[in-house]
Amino acid sequence: MATEVRPGTEPTAIPSDLGQLSSADRMALMRHMLLMRGIEERAMSLYRQGKVPGSFYDGYGQEAISAGAAFAMGPRDRLCILHRDLAAHLVRGVSPVRILAQYMGRAGGVTEGREGNVHFGDPELGCVGMVSMLPDMMLVATGMAMAFKMRGEARCAITWVGDGATSRGDFHEALNWAAVQRLPVIFVLENNQYAYSTPLALQFAVDPVERARAYGFPGERVDGNDVEAVFEATRRARERALAGAGPTLIEAVTMRMHGHAAHDDMRYVPTALVEEWRERDPIDRQERRLAGLGVDVAALREQVSEEIAQAAAQALDSPMPDPASAGEGVFCVGEPQPLGDGLAPWSGFDAEADDA
Amino acid sequence: MPELTYLQAISDGLREEMRADERVFVMGEDVGAFGGAFKVTDGFQEEFGTERVMDTPLAESGIVGTAVGAAVVGMRPVCEMQFADFISCGFDQLVNVAGKMHYRQRLAVPITIRLPSGGGFSGGPFHSQNPEAWFMHAPGIKVLAPATAEDAKGLLSAAIRDPNPVCFLEHKNLYRRVKGEVPEGRYVTEMKARVARPGSDLVVIAHGAMVWSALEATDDLDGASIEVLDLRSLVPLDEQAILDSVERCSKVVVVDEANATCAAGAQVAALIAERGFEHLDGPVVRVAAPDVPIPFSPPLERAVLPQPEDIREACRELLAY
Repeated sequence: MATEVRPGTEPTAIPSDLGQLSSADRMALMRHMLLMRGIEERAMSLYRQGKVPGSFYDGYGQEAISAGAAFAMGPRDRLCILHRDLAAHLVRGVSPVRILAQYMGRAGGVTEGREGNVHFGDPELGCVGMVSMLPDMMLVATGMAMAFKMRGEARCAITWVGDGATSRGDFHEALNWAAVQRLPVIFVLENNQYAYSTPLALQFAVDPVERARAYGFPGERVDGNDVEAVFEATRRARERALAGAGPTLIEAVTMRMHGHAAHDDMRYVPTALVEEWRERDPIDRQERRLAGLGVDVAALREQVSEEIAQAAAQALDSPMPDPASAGEGVFCVGEPQPLGDGLAPWSGFDAEADDA
Repeated sequence: MPELTYLQAISDGLREEMRADERVFVMGEDVGAFGGAFKVTDGFQEEFGTERVMDTPLAESGIVGTAVGAAVVGMRPVCEMQFADFISCGFDQLVNVAGKMHYRQRLAVPITIRLPSGGGFSGGPFHSQNPEAWFMHAPGIKVLAPATAEDAKGLLSAAIRDPNPVCFLEHKNLYRRVKGEVPEGRYVTEMKARVARPGSDLVVIAHGAMVWSALEATDDLDGASIEVLDLRSLVPLDEQAILDSVERCSKVVVVDEANATCAAGAQVAALIAERGFEHLDGPVVRVAAPDVPIPFSPPLERAVLPQPEDIREACRELLAY
């Protein structure tokens, strides 16, 4: 059943046991969220120091959505990840040093300086980087799922989209296409209340999760600040997908806690709204949950910040790309390299592998 | 060798590639049960099934976007735009997602977009366009425009086997009008220009249907020796073949059926100005459609699309220069 979460309502009760996650899984979810926040905080300060060119976009307060959803995906699943979803890259296995090098336009960044901020996907880990035209990647994910179905493979594609992207045609084309062909694809709609400065009321007249049913498949609303709830919704959507039951739209309700990008002071957002959502911070919530289980979260935080400090030092020390290489790679020459498989740390996949 | 129409040659090439490589599949509007608006895929569904000859929703962005997704996980989609004009609805997916993918993240996108293009039969403003230049300007996309049946088959095979996004412009006015001997079996035509008729006094450079207009216009031009260079591939552009022709002939007429501004021929003219200037014995002359939409009514359409008489006149003036 959909979990109703709206600004102004009390956070939903946190289930003590979702049944699918081991203690190690719960720690891992926390770790990925902490890594995402820590890396982005470090990157923001590097941006302010002039070390990150262009602009900088982060997903502060939205860490649960990418961490939780990516955690439900198998190694052979494929991901098209959005710009406030750094934790999905971390779950798949991209190292912090490559991410920080990416932000700074270094040769060792995931795109070797070709692209900035979170516009990347490591092909070796089964990910395809986003473009700025949103939500173009919904169709790409749909096409991946189409190929999986054509080849009879038990695999799934997933992509994340924002509330603003629901207004564009590609959103509708993808939902319709996926429904008509009953494709194994999951659309995670990250509703963070604002598309740049535009609030939801100026974006749609019907909550987009309702549209799923109109196209002919389930839409489910979850608390986007509860990493385990996001995981569970995605896990079930994947199960449906692999069973041949078609796509799912998951609306993860959250709040964009920072500006659209580093330059944006978001004066258009009422302070009270931000404060209210600060109380529902996804990391604090997972921390309370873990503390209840007797986990030493302070030690985990310490470990993560040490890892980020080392990665930042290494990235800062790494070279910029050679200007002479700027013209290379426009076309592929020779046989294309296929996408590789990513990490899939959820313990449930061990059981899945045992079944196979 | 069997004699096939340009359209049959395209079907033949596509069928051969599908038989040889199970990753290749066709997707588009009405390509399956109906066999395509122009019947290029007639009978394909019977041979290859409904999944490999896929009738899609009416969604061009969806066609290109899902093809990109299928391609990056190992398929070789061949997308049909019912008319080339409709690629405007898939422009973003092609130019921003497909075209920039390999440069941005070293991920190949082997898709072929078949674009039934061109005018000459009262198709009107939305069924007559020649959109090749839109994609020549966008990095990462190859652009092919065959004129003969043999090249149509060989270049389509080349497009399908290429690891990059390829726009394949098949001229509708050649579908049934042009016939030629076409080798059986699979073969690939190189993405290079072809001397359609050698000459030494003047070269007409063209692609697609304009190759035939150029040949007709200069078949007997007051005894002058007129070369016709068929570009065949616009990206990559065979710069050496163009410069060789300029060196041989010293006078150049460049023909486009497309609207003149920034057309493929404008790029050819710029290339010649930059690198062939010393071989010229006169100005580079362009013949192209004026910058107006392609009108419906036959006399209006004839007035807009370059006719053999226009090419003949341009050649005569340049020969007299």
